[in-house]
Amino acid sequence: MNPSTLKRFAIGLLAWVIAFIIFFPIFWMVLTGFKTEVEAVSDPSLIFTPTLDSYAEVQQRADYFKFAWNSVIVSFGSTLLALIIAIPSAYSMAFLPTKRTKGTLLWMLSTKMLPPVGVLVPIYLLFRDTGLLDTCTGLVIVYTLMNLPIVVWMLYTFFKDLPKDILEAGRMDGASTLQEVLYLLMPLTLPGIASTGLLSVILSWNEAFWSLNLTTSQAAPLTAYIASFSSPEGLFWAKLSAASTMAIAPILVFGWLTQKQMVRGLTFGAVK
Amino acid sequence: MKLSYALPLAGMMAVSSFAAHAETVTVATVNNNDMVIMQRLSDAFEKSHPDINLEWVVLEENVLRQRLTTDIATHGGQFDVMTIGTYEAPIWAERGWLTPLTDLPADYKPDDLLKPVIDGLSYEDKPYALPFYAESSMMYYRKDLFDKAGIEMTEQPTWDEVHDWAAKLNDPDHDVAGICLRGKPGWGENMAFVTTLVNTYGGRWFDMDWKPEIDSKAWHEAINFYVDLLKNYGPAGASSNGFNENLALFSRGNCAMWVDATSAAGKLYNPKESKVADKLGFAPAPVAATPKGSHWLWSWALAIPSSSDAKDAAREFITWATSQDYIKMVGEKEGWTSVPPGTRESTYANEKYQEAAPFADFVLDAIREADPTDATLKPVPYTGVQIVGIPEFQAIGTQVGQMIAAALTGEMSVDQALSSAQRATQRTMERAGYIK
Repeated sequence: MNPSTLKRFAIGLLAWVIAFIIFFPIFWMVLTGFKTEVEAVSDPSLIFTPTLDSYAEVQQRADYFKFAWNSVIVSFGSTLLALIIAIPSAYSMAFLPTKRTKGTLLWMLSTKMLPPVGVLVPIYLLFRDTGLLDTCTGLVIVYTLMNLPIVVWMLYTFFKDLPKDILEAGRMDGASTLQEVLYLLMPLTLPGIASTGLLSVILSWNEAFWSLNLTTSQAAPLTAYIASFSSPEGLFWAKLSAASTMAIAPILVFGWLTQKQMVRGLTFGAVK
Repeated sequence: MKLSYALPLAGMMAVSSFAAHAETVTVATVNNNDMVIMQRLSDAFEKSHPDINLEWVVLEENVLRQRLTTDIATHGGQFDVMTIGTYEAPIWAERGWLTPLTDLPADYKPDDLLKPVIDGLSYEDKPYALPFYAESSMMYYRKDLFDKAGIEMTEQPTWDEVHDWAAKLNDPDHDVAGICLRGKPGWGENMAFVTTLVNTYGGRWFDMDWKPEIDSKAWHEAINFYVDLLKNYGPAGASSNGFNENLALFSRGNCAMWVDATSAAGKLYNPKESKVADKLGFAPAPVAATPKGSHWLWSWALAIPSSSDAKDAAREFITWATSQDYIKMVGEKEGWTSVPPGTRESTYANEKYQEAAPFADFVLDAIREADPTDATLKPVPYTGVQIVGIPEFQAIGTQVGQMIAAALTGEMSVDQALSSAQRATQRTMERAGYIK
C-alpha cells in the first residue's frame, strides 16, 4: 500500500468512526424503542426479543398524527414566512448596503443572545390578549421571529457571493427589481435558499421551549408529544425512545431526501 | 352555491354545532403511572357526562410545573384542571389563583379523605385541591440478605442501626450496595430525603425569625452521617441517583436497603417490574434524635384555577377522579395494587386492597403520623415536612441540594457545603424580604 492510499484509508476510517459516534445515540434510541421497559434500564445489550409494545402504548396514550401534523404546519409555515421576509431584506443588504448594514446585521444576531425564558411572560401575556395561545398561527409567528436572524444572515452570505455584474446585466436589459430577484437572484442562489430553508425547518421542528409553553392541546407539536413520555416516577425509557423515534422519523427522512441540496448549499461559494 | 358543496357544508355546520355544545375541560397532569391510568379510564367519565369533553396535556413534572406556573400567574386560562402538589396548593390559594372546593356533595364523602392529606391541600381551612394520591416515606429492605447476615429488623429502626447494617450488608463484589438513598440534586429529589434526615436529627431550615439554620450542629451531624453512609456503603455514582434510579437499582437487587417514597411499594411488589418482589421487607423510616418529621408527606392533587372558564365541568371531573367509585373502578379493572394510594380511609378498610397490598397499614400509619404543622424538634415559622411552604423554597432547596451533592462527590467538604448553603440561603431570604 503506498502512502497516499494509506492516508486515504486512514481518513476514510476516521470519517466512519466519527459518523458512527454521531449516529450512535440515534441508533441506541431506535433500539431501545423495541425493548421492554425492564430491558431498557437493564445492562445495555444488543441481543433481545424485539417488541412493539412501547409503540402500541405510546399510540394509545396520544394521537401521534395530530402532533405530527401540527409540527409540519408550524415548521414549514414559519420557514416560508421567514423566507418571504428574509429574501428581500438580504437582497437589499447584499447589493445595496449602507454604512449601517453591518451594524443592523449584528444587531439582528444579538437578539439570539437573550435566553428565551427572559421574554416568556411578556410574550405569554401578548398571546393571551390576542388569543394566540395554543394556535398554530401563534407558533408560526414566534418561530419566524426566532429564525429570521439566522435566515437573513445565511441568505446574505449566499447573495454576497453572487457577482453584481449579473444583476446589472439584467437591469440593462430592462428587468425591474422584482424580476431581478425572481428570475436572476433566486434561481442562481437556489441551493443556498434551499439549505437555509431546510435549516429553518429543522430548527423549528426541534424547538422545545416555545412549543411547550405556548401550546396546550390544539396546537401542540411533536416536542410536546415527546415531553409527555418522560417521568420522574416509574420506568419510561422504552416508551420515550419509541415516541422520540416516531418524532424524528419524518424529519430524518426529509433530511435524507434533501441531503444533496443541503450539502451543495452549505458548501456553496466555499470554493472560488 | 352548488348543492354538492352545500350539503357537506351543512353537515359540517351541524357537526360543529354539536361539538360546540359539549364543554371542553383541559386537564394538565404529570405522566406518573397513576395518572396514565386515570387518562385511560376517563372514557367512562366522558360516557357518563356526554356534555363534557376532556382534553389532556401530559407533561414531565418539572416541565409541567413551569408551564402551569406561567399560565396561572398570568391568568392565561389555558387549563381547567391542574395537577399540583402539597407544595403549590397553599401558596397558590393564598394568591387567589385557585377555586376553593367547599360544599362538596355528600356522596363524595369528604370526611373519608385522610386528614393530614387534605389539610396539606387547604388554606385557611378551605380545601383548594382534592388528593389523587398521597405518599409518605418508609424503608424497604431485602429479607433474604438480612436473614443471611443474621440481622433482625427492629420495629422502629434508628439511623445508627441502619449504619451498622449497611456496613455488614455492603457487598460490592456481588453488586449489592449496603444502602441506596437519593443523591440527585433538586428540591424534590435529594432535599426531600435530606430534610427528613435533618428533621429527625433535630434540625430545621429556619428559626422563628426566618434566619437559616443550615450551618448548625444538627445539619452537620445529619449531612456528615449521610455523606459517610453513602460514600462507604452506597452504590457507585450515588450523587446522580434520584427516585427512579434507586427504584431500578433496588428492583434489580442491587440494594440491601432503601429509604424512599411509599408509592414505590406497589412497583416493588409487582413481579413483572421487580426481581425482589418475594424478598421484600419494609419498615418505618429510621429515626435519630426525634421521631418528628422523619418521614415526609406529599400528594398529587387536582385543582381548578380561578382563570378556568369551565369551573363546574372541571369540578365534576375532579370529584369523579378522586371519588371512592373511581378507586373501586381502578381496583376492578387494573388490579388492587394499582389503586391510587393514600387518599381515603375506605381504601385501607377494603379487604381486597389489604390482601393485594400487604404494605397498606404501614403506608396508612406513615401518612397519618406525618404532620406538616409539627415536623421539627424546635418551633418553625413554616409548614411542611420535607418542604418549606414559601415560594422561595424551590430555588433555595435546589441550590442547597447542589451543594450537598457536591459534598457527596467530594468536590467540597461537608463544612464548606453547609457554610456556603447557609450564606446563599441567607442572601435569598434577605432579598425576598423575610429578614429585615
